[in-house]
Amino acid sequence: MKDHLNENEFNINEYIRLDQMPHFLCPGCGHGIALRALLWAVHQLGIDKDKLAIVSGIGCSGRLSAYVDANTYHTTHGRPLAYATGLALARPDLNVIVISGDGDCLAIGGNHLIHACRRNLNMTCMMLNNEIYGMTGGQVSPTTSGDRYTTTTPAGNTEPVFDACALATAAGASFVGREVTMQIIALRDMFKKALVHNGFSFVEVISDCTEIYGRKNDLGASPEMMMSQKSTMRPFAYRNTVDVPFRPNAMKTGVLTEVDRPEYGNAYREMTAGLRGEKGGT
Amino acid sequence: MSERRNLQGNQACALGAIKAGCRFFAGYPITPSSEVAEAMARELPKVGGTFIQMEDEIASMGAVVGASMGGVKSMTATSGPGFSLKQENLGYACGAEVPCVIVNVMRGGPSTGMPTRPSQGDIMQARWGTHGDHAIIVLAPASVAEAYSETIRAVNMSERLRVPVVVLLDEVIGHLVETVDLDDVPEGAEVWRKWAEGPAEHFEPYAVTEDMVPPMPYPGDGYRTHTTGLTHSPSGFPTQNPALAEAAVMRTTDKLVHHRKEIESYRTQDVEDADFLIVAVGISARAARQSVRDLRSQGIKAGLFRPVTLWPFPEEALRETVKTSGAKTVIVPEMNQGQLVLEVERLLAGQVAIERINRIDGEAITPDDISAKAREVAS
Repeated sequence: MKDHLNENEFNINEYIRLDQMPHFLCPGCGHGIALRALLWAVHQLGIDKDKLAIVSGIGCSGRLSAYVDANTYHTTHGRPLAYATGLALARPDLNVIVISGDGDCLAIGGNHLIHACRRNLNMTCMMLNNEIYGMTGGQVSPTTSGDRYTTTTPAGNTEPVFDACALATAAGASFVGREVTMQIIALRDMFKKALVHNGFSFVEVISDCTEIYGRKNDLGASPEMMMSQKSTMRPFAYRNTVDVPFRPNAMKTGVLTEVDRPEYGNAYREMTAGLRGEKGGT
Repeated sequence: MSERRNLQGNQACALGAIKAGCRFFAGYPITPSSEVAEAMARELPKVGGTFIQMEDEIASMGAVVGASMGGVKSMTATSGPGFSLKQENLGYACGAEVPCVIVNVMRGGPSTGMPTRPSQGDIMQARWGTHGDHAIIVLAPASVAEAYSETIRAVNMSERLRVPVVVLLDEVIGHLVETVDLDDVPEGAEVWRKWAEGPAEHFEPYAVTEDMVPPMPYPGDGYRTHTTGLTHSPSGFPTQNPALAEAAVMRTTDKLVHHRKEIESYRTQDVEDADFLIVAVGISARAARQSVRDLRSQGIKAGLFRPVTLWPFPEEALRETVKTSGAKTVIVPEMNQGQLVLEVERLLAGQVAIERINRIDGEAITPDDISAKAREVAS
């Protein structure tokens, strides 16, 4: 298959498990684009696959780890950041990437997200936001836009939307960015910045669920949904006002936060270095 | 040289784990187990290990499994409500066969219950707390020295067999202070999981081996395998093939049957001619020990059978002990409404009379509670 984006520079087949194909994502799903952008960044940064650990949760996003040719861990619902915290602390030599979704990361895993942001342990978290619980058949999620129909909001959604990036920034994440799958080069470059950042990096990817969500809300097929990612697809998105959690009217793209804060693993090892070799005293 | 120290049961668990090579602990504060975490926070940095207090019990169990998958021996500690929260990721460790140790210091329940009062209400939760058919080992120390040595055994068995091991203390053993010889280590050699060796190509992380324990890949060694909580084939990838799915669960549970001899552990006292056999664990077994002496001094032939490995239950040993002693009555004292007795009834129903002693009032069972029951049955 021709890689029309850059055939010579990046061959995704070197980074995925071909024996796991065909994948199980629906036609039109944006998750594959996001994974491609992520692995392209991994390639351009020259990250050793043997030292790459992908930790995912449960849901459509969670299944992506199985397709990556790396050390991959498909963990429990909402907990990939907890598993990754143990893995990254125990093995600072590994490059740890977490793949999560809007339900996995913001609902059942919300507590782990805010504390991972606060702690600032070195890892990159890619949250795929498709506004829906796709794997379970299309239930409302913390990021489902207002008025949208889902199987659990049959009269339309009345819940306010979580602004994941504002939340991550408020919780202390030292790198926060948002990008859309329509802009794969920008997304790749966003991942490159996130992966080299020393600390907790949070990247929200606006991805489309065409089969379970778009179709039920007359949002068009995949091309239409992608074309409207920055406009009508998310009616409250991209208005240039202030980022505040629970107020989704400020969904900007690009790098939203980038600050230099002590990385947790290093800080812990430095703080406790003086105790090394000391005789047990308990 | 022996190094003797006055320690709490909780602290002994921490030092035992470190002695066995545990180098990662993730925990969350909860009475009456917090001293395990506090001791780990102090001691782990001294040996180059890592301690972290996570945001909740779920996360601490997740972090422990994550660290162990990274190739580091890992442990957590908790009590009833926290143990309930850990069951989700404990189940993952069972399914994915990730070595780890969970210290659970039992307190009164249900729910918040009586946080500072002793209980043995988690005997069944320790065995069946996580959903689905799964293999798990549960050890029940009855002294501080045993809290130390059994935690060492827990780390070693979890590594050797790739199975989560629960060290089940009650609040009394957890907070009891006794003398421990830190160098009195039954299994001195450090036990590590079997590491994957050989070519990475076509390596199957869950291949069926002779000892039923698949070697574990060390991340970074080039195997690049997949680990999942989904039912998986020997390749490590999810499967819904009925034969493979059945085989996957069967191997993890058969694994413990295969290694039963090395897992099982129990102690007996005065059982050779016992008319009354007391079956008890933890602090209830300590009370039973005194009761046996008291009853014997009054001419009542009592004996004690104490499972140290609670699950899998040493069933052949109990049956054999009953047979050789000729005991007519088995008494099961426990600080719950009757959990251990269910296993005893399963094994001995119809062969002996089975008497229960239960306390759920936050007080430990006393030697007199047990002796009174024996005298009542004897009269």
